[in-house]
Amino acid sequence: MDTTDIAASGRSFSKGLGFRKSLMTLAASVMLATSAQAATPSTAEVNTTGLAVTDDTVTVGILHSITGTMAISEIGSVQAEKLAIDQINASGGVLGRQIDFVQEDGASDWPTFAEKSRKLLRQDNVAAIFGAWTSASRKAVLPVMEQYNGMLYYPTFYEGLEQSPNVVYTGQEATQQILASLNWAAETKGAKSFYLLGSDYIWPRTSNKIARKHIEDKLGLKVSGEEYYPLGHTQFNSVINKIKLKKPDVIFASVVGGSNVAFYKQMKAAGIDFTDEKPLLLTISVTEDEIRGIGGENVDGIYASMKYFQSLENANNKEFVAAFKEAYGDDMVIGDVTQAAYLGPWLWKAAVEKAGSFDIDKIREEFAGIEFKKAPEGYVRIHENHHLWSKTRIGQAQTDGQYKVVFETEELMEPDPFPEGYQ
Amino acid sequence: MFDGYTSSELMSIFAMQGFAGLSLFSVFVLMALGLTIIFGQMGVINMAHGEFMILGAYTTYLTSGFFQSYLPGLFGGYFFVAMILAFLVCAALGALVEWLMIRHLYHRPLDTLLATWGLSLIMQQAYRSIFGAREVGVELPEWMLGAFQVTDLVELPINGLFVMIIALSIAVGLYLLMYRSGYGKKVRAVVQNRPMAEAVGINSAGIDRATFALGCGIAGVAGAAFTMIGSTGPSSGQAYIVDTFLVVVFGGAQSLIGTIVSAFGISQAQSTMEFFLSGSMAKVLTLLFVIGILMLRPEGLMALKVRR
Repeated sequence: MDTTDIAASGRSFSKGLGFRKSLMTLAASVMLATSAQAATPSTAEVNTTGLAVTDDTVTVGILHSITGTMAISEIGSVQAEKLAIDQINASGGVLGRQIDFVQEDGASDWPTFAEKSRKLLRQDNVAAIFGAWTSASRKAVLPVMEQYNGMLYYPTFYEGLEQSPNVVYTGQEATQQILASLNWAAETKGAKSFYLLGSDYIWPRTSNKIARKHIEDKLGLKVSGEEYYPLGHTQFNSVINKIKLKKPDVIFASVVGGSNVAFYKQMKAAGIDFTDEKPLLLTISVTEDEIRGIGGENVDGIYASMKYFQSLENANNKEFVAAFKEAYGDDMVIGDVTQAAYLGPWLWKAAVEKAGSFDIDKIREEFAGIEFKKAPEGYVRIHENHHLWSKTRIGQAQTDGQYKVVFETEELMEPDPFPEGYQ
Repeated sequence: MFDGYTSSELMSIFAMQGFAGLSLFSVFVLMALGLTIIFGQMGVINMAHGEFMILGAYTTYLTSGFFQSYLPGLFGGYFFVAMILAFLVCAALGALVEWLMIRHLYHRPLDTLLATWGLSLIMQQAYRSIFGAREVGVELPEWMLGAFQVTDLVELPINGLFVMIIALSIAVGLYLLMYRSGYGKKVRAVVQNRPMAEAVGINSAGIDRATFALGCGIAGVAGAAFTMIGSTGPSSGQAYIVDTFLVVVFGGAQSLIGTIVSAFGISQAQSTMEFFLSGSMAKVLTLLFVIGILMLRPEGLMALKVRR
């Protein structure tokens, strides 16, 4: 009996034939399942908690903002997640089941995120949710995920200080992104003083707190200014003058959103040429996606610290970039978060297959140590704290809007969401 | 803060900082002029003002693309064409909106607020569907980038100078239109006493439409100018709306001069404090300062005196 027969017998059992026959079928399928590790185990076996799993499909949820202010950033993540799902389906699905998805729009509104995640878990019974982007939306979704025991795959680099049993963080937490880049600026570029500048909310503030501790305590260097501007701020002339006055070696920037565009255009207009590296600009918030809005000529020469750049030269990434462009058009660019979003469905698949089950509790047991060797960023592995081991890279922006990789950590950086001595 | 600097270095920093204040001032003036016209002269609170600005910015984006593909030789001058087009497109849409929506709501000011807010959401989503959710990069001609070197140390951003010139010309033009032309006389007559103005034969409905269109058109030019310093995306307009209302309300809703004085006060306060304090703190203090003054003068700085 091959696997299709098992599936068929499973189905006939559920339709309820004669008692004797069904008993025999059950015995047969159990025997086979235990002996052969069948590619398509019965639904009753892989799904004991009532998730939306049938004999040939499994349903997952995608929850991002496709309207509202955050749509600009989140649409790339949606595209990456759909691409990963398509590729997994083409290669045979997960435990022999094709992935269906239900997509909901968080509409850049945090209560909507909470409501939609509840809908996905309670009404659609999805087996996994790929979604959330800002920390605020993740914090809104978190209690729902924990209440109904869902599993969220969260793609954005973020401030850390969180470790939920119901979230897998596929982006970097703050120390992974920051520490290596500050070391690089100090060692390779001989930087002595840093000016920290960010938008005024939790991510830049936490990141700069970590950066300041590292600069002052670990590197023994100087922070010559630290400053925050309200989200959406569009006038940076005063701070540019202040920077000219203080002459820091490095501007460490975590300005986000529309402010970014204003900031770089005005820096350029104020006669600062980043290719001179006086001062050098190091950012943790400008991916290739953002450069499209800012304009390559305005960021020429800045450095960014990320785990992924579209220009990475490895076979996985070339395949990924080609597939992404084929799916969404040649003019697409892929930023750090887009790549991290692409990892979500693949890591979920690996965990499900290792657990041999879609049950959230069984998957959770298996996370630690799961690898994804085909990751576009090279190789990632899940840490027991649900974050990923990953390399940190520094890229220098070119006028065509791409980054040229100038540095890469030798080892994978360990994720450390609660860094001691940095709080 | 100033240790170890020569006096010439300090002087040049202060000169540049003074310029930063002036360029913030011209940005505020440019943002607020369109709204003052509509709010002040018609009593309509146009929540979609920011979206009209972004319409101007998208017009600039399209014009720049057109020049790049078809008239690359004239690219250096495309910005002037773009500003005129931005004015025309926004004014036309403004007139249409007035005819479809606003004119039915003149006696219900709070409803215009809701209706124009709804309009702003519709416009944002329309931009998102047409141009995509991502911000677009508007390419500028080479001469508009970079800085103008005054001395060795003093560099003035060219786009700042440019915004200043546009703001100044529009303000002067508007003043002439409102106080030195027949149209302006009619507008002022309608504002002061509508029934009386109608009684002497002024077509008040026509005046309303023209005024709304004019306000939207100016917003469009402002949007075109802001492509030099800010972002162009479906929801970029939201970044301007709060500051714009702040300037208009602080200045006294019906006064052109009040708007300019208020823009000057707020911009100088903000840029000076931004220099000495952190950015968020400067914003907080600016708002407190505005609230304080409004408590003393609820009508704004320069209220129009009318007999009630």
